[in-house]
Amino acid sequence: MARLEKLYSQAENIKEQYFIRNRIAEENRQKENEAAVRIQSWFRGCQVREFLSHLHKKATLIQKIWRGFTARALFRQRVKTAYFIMKMNFYNKMAVKIQQRWRGYYVRKYVHNYYARKRYLEGLTRKNEHIRRDLEEFAELQRRERERITLEKEEKEKSIQAQRLHFLLSTKQCPGVFNSPFRAEPDEMELRLRKVKPLLVRSAPKERKTPDLSYLMPKRERLPPIHKKPQGPFRPPLEVQQQRHRPLEPSLRMATSITALEEAREELKRQEWRTCVIDQAFLPFSNTSRNKQYEGMMRTSTPFEQVAYGTKHFREEHKEYLKGKKPFKTVFTTCHVFDKFGRLYSDAGNIV
Amino acid sequence: MSQRQILQVFEQYQKARTQFVQTVADLASRPQNTETLQNAGVMSLLRPLLLDAVPTIQQTAALALGRLANYNDDLAEAVVKGDILPQLVFSLAEQNTQRFYKKAAAFVLRAVAKHSPELAQAVVDCGALDALVISLEEFDPGVKEAAAWAIGYIARHNAQLSQAVVDAGVVPLLVLCMQEPEIALRRVAASALSDIAKHSPELAQTVVDTGAIAHLAQMILNPDAKLKRQIFSALSQIAKHSVDVAEMVVEAEIFPAALVCLKDPDEYVRKNVATLIREITKHTPELSQIIVNVGGIAAVIDYLGDSRGNVRLPGIMMLGYVATHSENLAMAVIVSKGVPQLAICLEEEQEDHIKAATAWAFGQIGRHTPEHAKAIAVANVFPKLLSLYLDSESSEDLQVKAKKALKSILQKCTYLPALEPLLYEAPSNILKHVICQFSKVLPHDSKARRLFVTSGGLKKVQEIKAEPGSAIQEYINAINSCYPEEIVRYYSPGYSEILLERIDNYQPV
Repeated sequence: MARLEKLYSQAENIKEQYFIRNRIAEENRQKENEAAVRIQSWFRGCQVREFLSHLHKKATLIQKIWRGFTARALFRQRVKTAYFIMKMNFYNKMAVKIQQRWRGYYVRKYVHNYYARKRYLEGLTRKNEHIRRDLEEFAELQRRERERITLEKEEKEKSIQAQRLHFLLSTKQCPGVFNSPFRAEPDEMELRLRKVKPLLVRSAPKERKTPDLSYLMPKRERLPPIHKKPQGPFRPPLEVQQQRHRPLEPSLRMATSITALEEAREELKRQEWRTCVIDQAFLPFSNTSRNKQYEGMMRTSTPFEQVAYGTKHFREEHKEYLKGKKPFKTVFTTCHVFDKFGRLYSDAGNIV
Repeated sequence: MSQRQILQVFEQYQKARTQFVQTVADLASRPQNTETLQNAGVMSLLRPLLLDAVPTIQQTAALALGRLANYNDDLAEAVVKGDILPQLVFSLAEQNTQRFYKKAAAFVLRAVAKHSPELAQAVVDCGALDALVISLEEFDPGVKEAAAWAIGYIARHNAQLSQAVVDAGVVPLLVLCMQEPEIALRRVAASALSDIAKHSPELAQTVVDTGAIAHLAQMILNPDAKLKRQIFSALSQIAKHSVDVAEMVVEAEIFPAALVCLKDPDEYVRKNVATLIREITKHTPELSQIIVNVGGIAAVIDYLGDSRGNVRLPGIMMLGYVATHSENLAMAVIVSKGVPQLAICLEEEQEDHIKAATAWAFGQIGRHTPEHAKAIAVANVFPKLLSLYLDSESSEDLQVKAKKALKSILQKCTYLPALEPLLYEAPSNILKHVICQFSKVLPHDSKARRLFVTSGGLKKVQEIKAEPGSAIQEYINAINSCYPEEIVRYYSPGYSEILLERIDNYQPV
């Protein structure tokens, strides 16, 4: 009870204290509310930030892994292309080496063969010597032939003369004209007269037997064959030899030099330069009116002139579309399908 | 008067005519009588005798006319003006005239046509060609020969007459004539073909189309010299026009048989063979190659050695043409010892045109590579070429050719011992090339440098005056830069005076 008494005595105090404390609490409510709000907001902020950072970290992780993945794929692709380029460079270099060797071989063998030229010149000197010797021999022969013919003619004339003058032969009793006793020896004509036979009467020609020479020719025996069994169907030896010694038949592309186009252009230029007699082109007088350019009027806004399109040409020209494009090729390299047709040695493919 | 007396008068007249015409024919065969005969009016007297009843008088009158016209072109004109030709043509074309008269008539036509193109045209205008064609179909070889000779003389003058002759259809008949056994007929037919073919490529093609080449080629080794002359002349006239006909001539396999004829004793046969070879090699490198492979160069060089004078010209030109085509062929000429022979020709010959041709041939041989130029330099040709160029008596053509040859060879020559004598004598435009060659060779060869100094070449180079900035000055600088400065100064002109001046200024210690 005492406690209750004490409590009622303090009831006024308590009420007073209640109001005072409420008043103080009311006074401090705003401040305390704001402080609580502040604390709460900070704490919530921390929470959210923590959450956001957590999300960021996860997103980063995902992005990191994804980027690594795509980059590795790209890298693999780049490695592949780099490898391919390296291989192609190597192949190109090797192809260049092959082409170098081939071109060197081809030029040295077919275009300018030093050893063939040397052999040719040596052969030519030998041939020249032969020809010189042959010609001299022939000339010598002809000269001798001519001399012989003239001598024979003289001889024949003299003998005919002697035959005609046979009556001038000297006899024992009477020395002839050509056998004068005052000479040491008889004259040449006298000797001829002695030698010469009188003019003969021609008799029938006698038959002459030709000797039998068949016993002189050697008897030929045939040797036995090497193989008893007949061997397979061989190609005739001529064909085989032809194939062995067949010369190179380079295709047209091979045989033309790589600068054939430029050379042909140069040749054309040279021909033009050569054949053209007067360098200045003769401009005819009749076209002077057409060559004059139209001078437009000063105060017009558009150039009043004839558009070339529609009269001079009908093809539109859009130069900007053609930028970076190469000109249209009208001529291709030929396809070499039928180059070797009919010229191959093997019979493969000749079914029909 | 009795019949016999009347006939006697006629016989006397006939005898007188015969005697007159025979004497005139004999007199006409000597040239000194023709003047007198012409003044005596022989033309007007002979003309009615052509229409005489007696064949012998006709023939002899025609013979006399032919001899007179042969000698002198005034008389030939008189024959034309006297309207004698139509009568002759008519009698030629007649079937039953005697063959002696036809021969004589053809002889007159030939004698008239040979003097000038106008007279030949007059002969053609009378319709002589058809008559001659008819006589070419006769059996007698003498008539054919006379007709072919007349045709040849007509066709000789110019292309129109040749064309007229061809249009008359003569060529196949001439080719047939060439196959006859008589040598004189073959000669004349070959010479007629040669005269026809020489004017233009179309005429040559016409001749070739009748297959003349094969027949001409068969007769190459005939022993008769005059026939060979005509055959080779015909072949060369055909071959000169174009590549195709030249190839056809070569395809007839005349080589190497034709080379044998280069040793023929007759000078003109050799000349015509050389001309034929020249005409063939002129066209393309392949044809020249064929001739070279057969040994043609050696034969031609021997021919040059054996002959003298004008006949050498085709041989020299052939070597020049062969060397022009490619350096292979030029090397073939050098290897066959062509250069010493050409040098001998240059020394021996006096005529300017032959010397000019030789200089041109040298230029063609030497212009390809240094090897070729060296072959020419070694033959000691440069001093001779230089003297020809500088000689005021040489013709302009010779000077131009010698200069061109020198220039083209010098531009490739690296053989210094031959270049040195040129340093002393050459004029400035040649000297430029010589110095250029020195400036190319000296930087690389030390032995050559030493030789250059010891032989006095460097001294000469210093003495050359050249404008600074000109090409010669550059070459001289290039040469000077090959040597150390002291040597260049030592050899520069006036160095001894400079040294002596230094003595004046020197004070002994």
